[in-house]
Amino acid sequence: MVTHETMIAETVLFPGHQGDQISGYLARPMGPGPYPGVIVIHAAPGFVDHFKEVARKFAAAGYVAIAPNLHHREGPGDPDDVGSAVRAAGGVPDDRFLGDTRGALDLLRSLPYSSGKVGIIGYCSGGRQSYLAACSLPLDAAADCYGGGVVAGPEELSSTEPQAPIELTQDLACPLLGLFGADDGRPSPEDNRETERVLESHGKTFEFHTYDGAGHAFFADYRPSYRQKSAVDGWQRVFGWFGKYLS
Amino acid sequence: MCAGHVETVEVTGSAKGVDGWFPLERVHAVYDHSFHAQTEESLIIDFVNPDRGPGARVSVELSATSANRLIQAIQDALEDGERRHGPLQVETTA
Repeated sequence: MVTHETMIAETVLFPGHQGDQISGYLARPMGPGPYPGVIVIHAAPGFVDHFKEVARKFAAAGYVAIAPNLHHREGPGDPDDVGSAVRAAGGVPDDRFLGDTRGALDLLRSLPYSSGKVGIIGYCSGGRQSYLAACSLPLDAAADCYGGGVVAGPEELSSTEPQAPIELTQDLACPLLGLFGADDGRPSPEDNRETERVLESHGKTFEFHTYDGAGHAFFADYRPSYRQKSAVDGWQRVFGWFGKYLS
Repeated sequence: MCAGHVETVEVTGSAKGVDGWFPLERVHAVYDHSFHAQTEESLIIDFVNPDRGPGARVSVELSATSANRLIQAIQDALEDGERRHGPLQVETTA
């Protein structure tokens, strides 16, 4: 894989759900392209710097990456303070997430150095949201990293998350990569087997990998949940997946 | 784990954050991912005033044992204080 050592990385504004102007962190290689795009979906605790690092990692690998700040409307402020306020309000509403992600998708495809192919990757709650987006938006590839709530019973639904994404699986329009920890409680290995069963029943293209010795958030190198062996292998699978389907 | 459980109570009191004291409006007791504590999940207590923005927040992340100790300590202090000094003043709206 070619490493792009020079890049431009900056916060940009773009229209999101219902035309609201929101911010995102855009990172791209210096060069004419064309480059495929990746939308990076942050976890519920907040739009912390880790997700900007993830966007830069994709840029170094030859992608135009944007990490939308899904908590833009509740800010400004420290990401954890803003994340706390969003959590207390019930989380980011699914329809707002989809509108914001549609805006990020349109932005990426409008850039003169875009190849037009765009994938999505999300972590934790962002994994669930990636699954939701892959079933709802014209994306070319998706990765769900330990997204809990793809499988959800009626008692887990809410006004902000009114539907379990697994119910939308028939509409999944792109290949899906799933990366999970065997010790995770949500999604549990049983949840992931149920998702696999539904994906198979609809004839979808997907790969799931579950890492022994890892729990939730094993990619998060700023938290004690980080598992180096799983994260290194997971990154190879992510780049392999996007390299295959976004080329 | 990828879901938080939030219990919210309206409160009267004050909290001291990075910008000094502010009047409290709510407390959220949350079971969710830790942001700073070296555990995957914590019992999080957020003392907040939403009218003053997300930065009007004092937050703690506790283990289960610590949370239970805190509950007991609050009860003990309140009961002993009121026994010695009488009931705390009835709260008034600021």
